[in-house]
Amino acid sequence: MPMPFIVTCDTLAKSYRRGKVQALRGVSFEVAEGEMFGLIGPDGAGKTTAFRILATLLLPDSGSVAVDGLDVVRQYAEVRRRIGYMPGRFSLYADLTVEENLAFFAATFGTTIAENRHLIEDIYTQIEPFRERRAGKLSGGMKQKLALCCALIHAPRLLLLDEPTTGVDPVSRKEFWEMLAKLRVEYGISVIASTPYMDEAAQCDRIALMQDGAFLTTDTPRGIIGSYKQRLFRVRSGRMHALLADLNEWEGTQTAFSFGEAYHVTLAPGKDEADLRAYLVSKGHADCDVSEAKPEIEDCFMALAQTSEENEPR
Amino acid sequence: MNRDNIVIEAHGLTKRFGTFTATDHITLSVCEGEIFGFLGANGAGKTTAMRMLCGLSKPTAGTARVAGYDVATEAEKVKRNIGYMSQKFSLYDDLTVAENLRLFGGIYGMKRSEVKAKTRDVLVELDMVATLNQRVAALPLGWKQKLAFSLAVFHEPKIVFLDEPTGGVDPVTRRRFWELIYRAADRGVTVFVTTHYMDEAEYCDRVSIMVDGQIRALDTPARLKETYHAASMYDVFYALARTARRGE
Repeated sequence: MPMPFIVTCDTLAKSYRRGKVQALRGVSFEVAEGEMFGLIGPDGAGKTTAFRILATLLLPDSGSVAVDGLDVVRQYAEVRRRIGYMPGRFSLYADLTVEENLAFFAATFGTTIAENRHLIEDIYTQIEPFRERRAGKLSGGMKQKLALCCALIHAPRLLLLDEPTTGVDPVSRKEFWEMLAKLRVEYGISVIASTPYMDEAAQCDRIALMQDGAFLTTDTPRGIIGSYKQRLFRVRSGRMHALLADLNEWEGTQTAFSFGEAYHVTLAPGKDEADLRAYLVSKGHADCDVSEAKPEIEDCFMALAQTSEENEPR
Repeated sequence: MNRDNIVIEAHGLTKRFGTFTATDHITLSVCEGEIFGFLGANGAGKTTAMRMLCGLSKPTAGTARVAGYDVATEAEKVKRNIGYMSQKFSLYDDLTVAENLRLFGGIYGMKRSEVKAKTRDVLVELDMVATLNQRVAALPLGWKQKLAFSLAVFHEPKIVFLDEPTGGVDPVTRRRFWELIYRAADRGVTVFVTTHYMDEAEYCDRVSIMVDGQIRALDTPARLKETYHAASMYDVFYALARTARRGE
């Protein structure tokens, strides 16, 4: 019987500095074969620690992780053949050329560029004109494409991508995610990716919102949006900077965040739309435009992260 | 925003490296207190243009005046009158918050008493008074970022250049950071900012979009959306940037 889950993670815990920093506090989750699973959370939430344990580069304090049915601690060598890991920081050899880097990673896994070229075809043709260039001299977007090629060249079952598109422009990001979608559809490769871009989070099958070493919630993007219970208002006026300052000053405001060309506002208990309008008019925003807004993933994330910010040490 | 006072002005600004034209005759002007979004795909020529405007790289052709000084012949004066923050924060991890501020104040020739008073003001504004004697390495990323911005404007420059200041940061922290930008602009500081977050493009007064070294569009976000019949700045950006011919 085929294994339904590519990753099974059971009460995984990891701390640093003799327990002073709890990076992971007993995290459990499963990733199905062929699934695109997103890890979303603020800096310091524990995402990179999770990736490093999954990639067999870090030992957990307790709990267990299986990749393709194999234990990441006891069977690490076998796990490594089945995963492709793209760390958050550029980790290829800066003094080797594009082609040398790729050939090196292929050779490490006992394969060749030619053998698995089909997996990287779309992306490699974009960087192939620069194959003689040293990896350290590539631009950010090209480094990222090369890193993906190197992570794929041994035909892994699972891709682990730690913020692969940070610092990448919107066009390249779109291409990158189209590439991931294709890898899943055509080759059944599963993906776990973290990202600070909420439009990318929305493209995952399921996402886990992480904070302070724990999963706050794990659901489909639609499910997460559906669980947002607050009434959300979209607010604009002719003086946007003053509007935000005024919103933040009011006791009736629970949260006020920039959202494209408007602000998304939630109200404190007991306050309603009429109170909001009255307050804004009293502050000189007679032209204000208030309407009810549909929440997006980013609203949900901010609602959850807001509490974490309040808990930060002062 | 003071539309009568132009503080950044570029005419046909060009930089060639051998046969490659990184920045190709760009012309723009930015006024006092404006938030100007300088957008473009990776490799479009933004960083090269920004380095010229900061007096760090000499133009091959064209001219630019920043804070009243010519970037080619008065580069040192340009540098004294601007602030700069890159995505790799220019903070020293092993120094405390107070030491970092003192170091930057010293580099910009501020008096000790001035540095002391300003340090207090900055930390109160950031709500970071308690971190005064903490090493920067121990601070959360969002705090480091706010501190890096405050350092860039510590010597009260007229203009601050921000190169992808919010890269890799979570949504709440990004928004808190933009509140600092708004406050600086309201004080009359001109903000010249690059970003890959298209929602942030909406927060700018005007935006330019570079493709293949040239500025292909320059206007307010509202008018750009109208011109390109686009629902968001993401769509505007995508429509323009996908026409790029040159790779990175």
